[in-house]
Amino acid sequence: MSATSTPAHDQPVAEKNYLNAQHTVRSWLLTGDHKRIAVLYLVSVTIFFIVGSFLAGLIRLELMSPSGTMLESETYNKVFTAHGVVMIFFFLIPAIPAVFGNFFIPIVIGARDLAFPRLNLASWYLYVFSGILAVIALCSGGIDTAWTFYPPYSSMYSNSQVTLVIVAAFINGFSSIFTAINIIATIHKMRAPGMTWFRLPLMAWSSYATSVVVILGTPVVAITLLLVLMERAFKLPIFSPELGGDPVLFQHLFWFYSHPAVYIMILPAFGIQSELIANFARKRIFGYHFVAFSSLAIAGLGFVVWGHHMFVSSQSMYESTVFSLLTYLVAVPSAIKIFNWTATLYKGNIRLHAPMYYALSFIGLFTIGGLTGLYLANMGTDIHLTNTYFIVAHFHYVMVGGALTGFLGGLHYWWPKMFGRLYSDTAAKITAIIVFCGFNLTFFPQFIMGYMGMPRRYHYYYFAPEYQIYHILSSLGASLLGVGLILPAIYLTHSLIKGEKASANPWGAHGLEWTIPSPPPTENFTEIPIVTDEVYDFDPVAEHEANLAGKEIELPSESEQPTKVDEPTEAGKE
Amino acid sequence: MWNFSVMPPQASTLAPEHDAIFLVLTALTLLFTLIVCVTAVFFVIKYREGTKADRSSPVYENPKLEMVLTVVPTILGLIMFFFGAKLYIAQRTPPKDAEEIFVIGKQWMWHVQHSNGVRENNTLHVPMGRPVKLTMISQDVIHAFYIPAFRTQMYVVPGRYTQIWFNATKTGNYHLFCNLYCGTQHSEMGGTVVVQTETEYRNWLNNGGQNAAPVSMAQAGEKLFNKIGCNNCHGATDSPRAPSLAGIYMSKRKMSDGTVQNADEAYLRESVLRPWNKITMGYGKEMPAYESTLTEEEVLSLIAYMKNPGATKGSSVSSGTSREEGLAAKTDTKNGLAVNAIEAQTTDPAATPTKRRGSLSVGAMAAQKQTEGQK
Repeated sequence: MSATSTPAHDQPVAEKNYLNAQHTVRSWLLTGDHKRIAVLYLVSVTIFFIVGSFLAGLIRLELMSPSGTMLESETYNKVFTAHGVVMIFFFLIPAIPAVFGNFFIPIVIGARDLAFPRLNLASWYLYVFSGILAVIALCSGGIDTAWTFYPPYSSMYSNSQVTLVIVAAFINGFSSIFTAINIIATIHKMRAPGMTWFRLPLMAWSSYATSVVVILGTPVVAITLLLVLMERAFKLPIFSPELGGDPVLFQHLFWFYSHPAVYIMILPAFGIQSELIANFARKRIFGYHFVAFSSLAIAGLGFVVWGHHMFVSSQSMYESTVFSLLTYLVAVPSAIKIFNWTATLYKGNIRLHAPMYYALSFIGLFTIGGLTGLYLANMGTDIHLTNTYFIVAHFHYVMVGGALTGFLGGLHYWWPKMFGRLYSDTAAKITAIIVFCGFNLTFFPQFIMGYMGMPRRYHYYYFAPEYQIYHILSSLGASLLGVGLILPAIYLTHSLIKGEKASANPWGAHGLEWTIPSPPPTENFTEIPIVTDEVYDFDPVAEHEANLAGKEIELPSESEQPTKVDEPTEAGKE
Repeated sequence: MWNFSVMPPQASTLAPEHDAIFLVLTALTLLFTLIVCVTAVFFVIKYREGTKADRSSPVYENPKLEMVLTVVPTILGLIMFFFGAKLYIAQRTPPKDAEEIFVIGKQWMWHVQHSNGVRENNTLHVPMGRPVKLTMISQDVIHAFYIPAFRTQMYVVPGRYTQIWFNATKTGNYHLFCNLYCGTQHSEMGGTVVVQTETEYRNWLNNGGQNAAPVSMAQAGEKLFNKIGCNNCHGATDSPRAPSLAGIYMSKRKMSDGTVQNADEAYLRESVLRPWNKITMGYGKEMPAYESTLTEEEVLSLIAYMKNPGATKGSSVSSGTSREEGLAAKTDTKNGLAVNAIEAQTTDPAATPTKRRGSLSVGAMAAQKQTEGQK
């Protein structure tokens, strides 16, 4: 969560790994190593996350008062727009695929790198370039269109930096397309011998599904935003009725991408969630095939439900009916995942380390986030709830309760592998609880407020003081959540400097990434492994019997080799 | 702030149906969340590492269970979909006999035009117990016309008409919001929906957008003059306590310090607000100061009353103005609509989209009224 790119060279390091292989700045900035690029991404998405969180803090601070006392309306509008743009385009979309996908997809399938290392580096440069453009836009006046860029406001009326932000989003789109191409090609072509499709960890399945969505969806939004730009710059008549265009057309094109984009943000978190549940319950995931295919089902169905954002937009009644029906169907694969994660715990051998805390809170939060989606899929209730704080609460339950919790869970799970250091498990557990409580206190009151009719994107509400109590509760929760998000920055940074060295497999987890040293060597595997065992091949029965016999299986910090994982690899030989 | 509620007022025929679906969904959400969370926590406790729970014959796949867990939510979902679709179709299909009102959205105000031409801004007067259909269009960007108490909302799009309809079931004042971000003053683009009984609404329409026939300033002044008790001392003739005010306007008054004062508006205003500044010859400091009790508007109406030559003589000004009033009423039925529209625009303080800081107190007053109305 901070300057993580510094190799810990003050510690005695026995062998060469990807962190200490080379030390120059150049070796980082021109690296082709997927792990180093992942670390570069981790640093950059963290910076943007801090910016986005700061903006969120400003919003919550401002809304404690019903009359908008701190910011001007124009500033407030720019702040919530910036919060949306930064969090969506520069944190949620790239966070998991570009950090953990980049780092672990090659390793979990037994490859030495992604298929196209230079494309991978180019993706990071595009990301950084688009990020700089966005920051320039925010610093040189900001943008006030909301992240949805609805014309004709964005194309004809807004006097802010719309052009620059759209260019940034456009370029940022290519960055995610590059990562997606890499992940698809790598999973298709570079699996180790014996790593069949159904031996892939579920994280690989969900990254694959995500990448398909990115490749199919992103070009549509890129072109759409370009059209907005054309209308803005050259008065090309596309969306604005003044010029002869159709403003609702934009909403169709925009949501054709932006609804699947929700799955771009949440599917990778599903993948991490499956990893955490299986590895900490020490049991093969329940219904592996169902979970794997539900990712693909979500990716596919996700493309045919965009109209549920437009029930009150003046689209036809029949159109709405079809979209509502399809939306109910897309809820099913998500429900399957929840059921399967819960069922995996049954007869497991559950280890309650910090990542598992995040995994459990993910189950709770995502259940609420997913089920409240049904209120909005329901055409009857959506008429009242759409664009209120109910929507805000719903998607934060999915995006923060789901995607961010998944990101934090993944970060805690793979941190020892990525940086070879252990952090304080107790501190991390307490943090997970603080994040869970703070999150619920922040967003639960927003459901009630939304049901009562509080519109989103309102700078003040002096005319409706009945909402204030909920805003105050929400802001209180946000402070707690803020504390919960600062703490990992502290103990994770501390672990980099003073943390105990991590073994190859500190959790006793199963998977190729745990068979190689922590941190991994540059080439990942000295010899490409041959995979003979099934995915999540734990034996809870044997472990249980050993347990009953009073034998210590393995202590998290000591185990060099997992007991039940015997991949026939030469890993760790170095 | 502390008398918080969890539900918006329910004031249209479709609101109860909406709330029923909402509550069923809430029940389902709570039920499933509870099942998932309780099961997860139970498993975590029972099967955490080191417990002696039975772990023999673990299950990894169970297609039958998966099918059940797929089919049951699907069926429940389809049932909810059916009721939602039914409500949605009802919300989007206005009855044929609906009263039609036109709405124009523009940055950042709502402009409403009733069928007889009466116009209003940022308020919407509607009759209770009668379907009302709004035909809406935007003049600039996309807005959304949202009335939480009616559970209804529709985008107001430039270049095309959209419609909503509702049938209000309870009189009172309700929130009206623009619910689609439309620019800098988006939060200001709201107001009040006023639900009146059918008779009240007809009266309101016929009075050109006023609840009662307009009252002349002099009439209002007379009413106030008697209400706050000016008439106790200022009678038709001079009394030992106070001079008569009949014909006082622009007359020369002799002050106790010997100067002569022209009784113009400024003098009259000062004498109402701070009477001791200039005392009429022969009188003492009997009159209380009204500085902190009267608004400028009230002072103006008192002055208007005092300007009437017959004022305070006991004969009411109303006889004098009734002719004008009758005239005004006549114009009203003919072509006074436009006049009234201007009046509605200019007299309604919430009507003009002022800068927020300026209109804050007005808004706060409106809010207070609104909450009172909702109780």
